[in-house]
Amino acid sequence: MVEWSDFERSTIQNIFANMDYDVVGPKALARCLVVYPWTQRYFGNFGNLYNAAAIMGNPMVANHGKVVLHGLDRAVKNMDNIKATYAELSVLHSEKLHVDPDNFRLLADCLSIVVAAQMGTAFTADVQAAFQKFLAVVVSSLGRQYH
Amino acid sequence: MSLTAKDKSLVKSFWSKVGGKADDIGAEALGRMLVVYPQTKTYFSHWSDTSPGSAPVRQHGKTVMGALNQAVGKIDDLVGGLSALSDLHAFKLRVDPGNFKILSHNILVALAVNFPADFTAEVHVAVDKFLAAVSAALADKYR
Repeated sequence: MVEWSDFERSTIQNIFANMDYDVVGPKALARCLVVYPWTQRYFGNFGNLYNAAAIMGNPMVANHGKVVLHGLDRAVKNMDNIKATYAELSVLHSEKLHVDPDNFRLLADCLSIVVAAQMGTAFTADVQAAFQKFLAVVVSSLGRQYH
Repeated sequence: MSLTAKDKSLVKSFWSKVGGKADDIGAEALGRMLVVYPQTKTYFSHWSDTSPGSAPVRQHGKTVMGALNQAVGKIDDLVGGLSALSDLHAFKLRVDPGNFKILSHNILVALAVNFPADFTAEVHVAVDKFLAAVSAALADKYR
């Protein structure tokens, strides 16, 4: 089981309590599709992903970004049981969506950068460490059911 | 994943915006790395203090960013331009090349924190590619 310090717990709760999911989600997913363009392979039916401007303005990308971020909420609310919480989602990503689990880490990195930009200097090294640890657990849990 | 003309132009123009803050960015990136990826401290056991903002961290951040500034100027031939630094990293420092990625990530975070409006997705991808190319040039002589 993952051990969380009091600082880590409160940091994660604070970050997500103060986050606008509907802004951060779209930004993070769009950034991932721009910075790591091979991730676009999973979004063939999303229409125009031709360049950065098209991606950032694409409504399907924005919508899906919101879905992903609201999905993170489950982990925020179940920090002591993230692995079990995401077992079903892991199966979905493996069996149905066929997503290479390396991509989870790429999206997590983009999310860190978007949150860093939003929080500015409040995103201290300690806060970054807690946030990245949380995302690492999420990423690991999402990859857990692959076989 | 080679640097296109657009990448080079984006890197150069963004780097000129970073300007005088480069040393601070270097120090911040290094400080973050040492906290968020504690295994990287193993390379700095000779420092009295590895905490963010400490003198050794500030000094070394300046060194690293100075080299990156030079790399921007040599962007058309990074392997050639960084040859001496590659010798240093390969034969003297022997930093595991996996750590170049880690420091690169923390440089990106420091840039996002300090330049939230200018560090757009397009700048992000260009800088990420640049840092990857620099990392490859640094690792060039390793074996």
